[in-house]
Amino acid sequence: MSETPETPKKTPPAETPEPQTSRIGVDSWVAESEARRSRTPAAVLGRGLERTPDAVKLLAFVGLASSVPFWTNEGDLYIFGTLTLLYATLGLGLNVVVGLAGLLDLGYIASAGMGAYTYAELSSPRFGLHWPAEATIPIAMAVAALVGAFLGFASRRLLGDYYAIVTLFFAQAFLFFTNTTNPGNFTGGPNGLPQLDPITFFGYKLTSTKQIYYFLLIVMALLAVALYFANKSRTGRAWRAQREDPLAAEVMSIPVNRVKILAAVFGAAIAGLCGAILAAIEGAAVSSDYGVPFLIIIYAIVILGGFGSIAGVFVGATIINFTLQFLAPQNDHPEVKRWLFYGTIVLFVMAIKPVIRPAVVLAATVGFGFAVHAIVAATWGHAWTSGVPDSGGAWIARWAVIPRLDPVTGLGHGNFNNCVYIGLVVAIVATASLKGWWRVAALVPTLYLTVLAWENMLAQNGGITAYLLFGAMLIGLMAWRPQGLLGSARVEIV
Amino acid sequence: MDESAPKPLLELRGLSMAFGGLTVIDDLDLVVNEHEIVSVIGPNGAGKTTLFNLITGLYRPEKGQILLGGESLVGLQPHTITNRGVARTFQTLRLFLNMSVIENVMASQYGKTKVDIVRSMLRTPGWRKEERQIRSRAEEKLSFFGQRLMGYRWSQPAYSLSYANRRRLEIARAMATEPRILLLDEPAAGMNPVETHEITELIAQLRDKGGYTILVIEHDMHVVEGISDRVVALDHGIKIAEGSFEHVATDPKVVEAYLGTKATVTK
Repeated sequence: MSETPETPKKTPPAETPEPQTSRIGVDSWVAESEARRSRTPAAVLGRGLERTPDAVKLLAFVGLASSVPFWTNEGDLYIFGTLTLLYATLGLGLNVVVGLAGLLDLGYIASAGMGAYTYAELSSPRFGLHWPAEATIPIAMAVAALVGAFLGFASRRLLGDYYAIVTLFFAQAFLFFTNTTNPGNFTGGPNGLPQLDPITFFGYKLTSTKQIYYFLLIVMALLAVALYFANKSRTGRAWRAQREDPLAAEVMSIPVNRVKILAAVFGAAIAGLCGAILAAIEGAAVSSDYGVPFLIIIYAIVILGGFGSIAGVFVGATIINFTLQFLAPQNDHPEVKRWLFYGTIVLFVMAIKPVIRPAVVLAATVGFGFAVHAIVAATWGHAWTSGVPDSGGAWIARWAVIPRLDPVTGLGHGNFNNCVYIGLVVAIVATASLKGWWRVAALVPTLYLTVLAWENMLAQNGGITAYLLFGAMLIGLMAWRPQGLLGSARVEIV
Repeated sequence: MDESAPKPLLELRGLSMAFGGLTVIDDLDLVVNEHEIVSVIGPNGAGKTTLFNLITGLYRPEKGQILLGGESLVGLQPHTITNRGVARTFQTLRLFLNMSVIENVMASQYGKTKVDIVRSMLRTPGWRKEERQIRSRAEEKLSFFGQRLMGYRWSQPAYSLSYANRRRLEIARAMATEPRILLLDEPAAGMNPVETHEITELIAQLRDKGGYTILVIEHDMHVVEGISDRVVALDHGIKIAEGSFEHVATDPKVVEAYLGTKATVTK
């Protein structure tokens, strides 16, 4: 078969001048399905966002963000405000490396660590140096950039997965060096370097949470603008071109290796900046902070927001950091945890099409729950269903099977929890391998088991649950919107 | 155009290339003069695309010389060769699919522009001026294709283009590197008869109006007949015929390369 142009109508084109409407080149089927899709609320919202100029979006975000300190307390401002901004700034840097230049850099976090340690050596009692931030932060960025250049150099020969492995190795080597090798107690070992100076610019100390918050907001906004401009410049086009097709880019006069190294240097310098700031606000540079868990968080932010999208990084950072903080063990809003969890599940279910199915699934799950609860209570006795859920809200125990804690040991039912867990894994596998209405049917017990697992064990272990939840979120996102929330859809092979 | 002695632009001397034991290009001599359109023909596997890969620096020849305007290109990086004035299109279209049409043409001007990233991030007046130039040059190159790549298509992603338009965009992208010689690898492949006719005229215009020297690989003999000043036939990396289209098309060696050995076998 010969090549089929997607518009058969257009085959004798030389004589017929194309009609000057906006729909040329779109055939009727595509137009109809687009029209259908364009009426959904998500599409309307998306269009509205698309039409808003980017400068307005940034101003709106900065305006909103700068009002936050007026209606939150110091503690919340730090964990929900400052950390979100820091994550967003780190995400901006990663977005250059992975999103624009397409380098799967898993050593990114080591660059942040480099920045942190550089700041720590130069502004702490370790060597008695107390340099001001206007000197230390640029030096931290330069050191991190040097590391980035070194890693970027590896990208001359290593492509894709190989580059990822080598950079991950580097990240681990950094941890090992700071943690274990620690020559002459240079890095302070596992304890890191404590008692760092606060950020001091030209004699002006940033000590309160508010000052740091506004400082970070300014840094982030400036960086966002700079990167937005960079993306729309010659270099940005070169980054994207070599991501699309390195060979074609090289032949089209783009020095691919140089451009890749530049991207790695850029990302690393931004990471170094963030590392230095993080070390300063925490008052210590501790190597274990710059390990794989942190890397996963930043990647999750960029993937969730959509690779290559600056606005997406802000959205991703907000979602991920809020999730992380609500699930943190010291968090004092346990009920929020629950709503977050159920919200994610409902979103997940709502992604099923056609629309009738999620409704059926949710209704059936509610009914199924009451039925199981009644059966368990009747056959095994009241003790099995009269537990108190850990995250408060006793009402849920009338629907979900929550065994009472053992009166002697004060522990939960280990066997029951294990059975729930194994049952959940089996149910997920079964759901995934079934089709059509069978899958919908299998989803009902799966959801109920998920709830049991959550109420009986996961809610108590926020750290683990956060990562499970991120995983679920990203899987759901891949099914619903593979390009991320604000990313633009990419076509690999056409 | 003056009719004085032709000035050679691209010269290949004793070029050889082998993959393992397989010789793909064998002691090839070829000259392309300024403002000339030379077609390279030959059956599949004759070494035509390898020849392009050698000229653009994707492969390094084992022996021989490649000269552009008297300067050697051997051993240079592909992007440097492009900056010296060689641009190509690909037989298996290699556009930057997820970039917009106009960005494809803007991206390939990288080598001809200078403003660095720091000035880009600050949007200095120098950046503004150069960016305007890049854009207007891109628009100029795209307008070469008439209505085909105009207006609303500029901001569409390249993957939304039809096959024929992708071929056109590849040519526009190559033109934007401001080459002295354009290497077109099967520009008419996958096009319908009307479009093939169009591309034939376009290649002639590229020479006459654009002032490019063109080396083209093509299988469609109507196109080859329509555009070529000179035709070179390759088989197994060896030049088996060279001259006008009529001369090459009737050459017994070329006929043999395309249709197999003499009729005695099949009789």
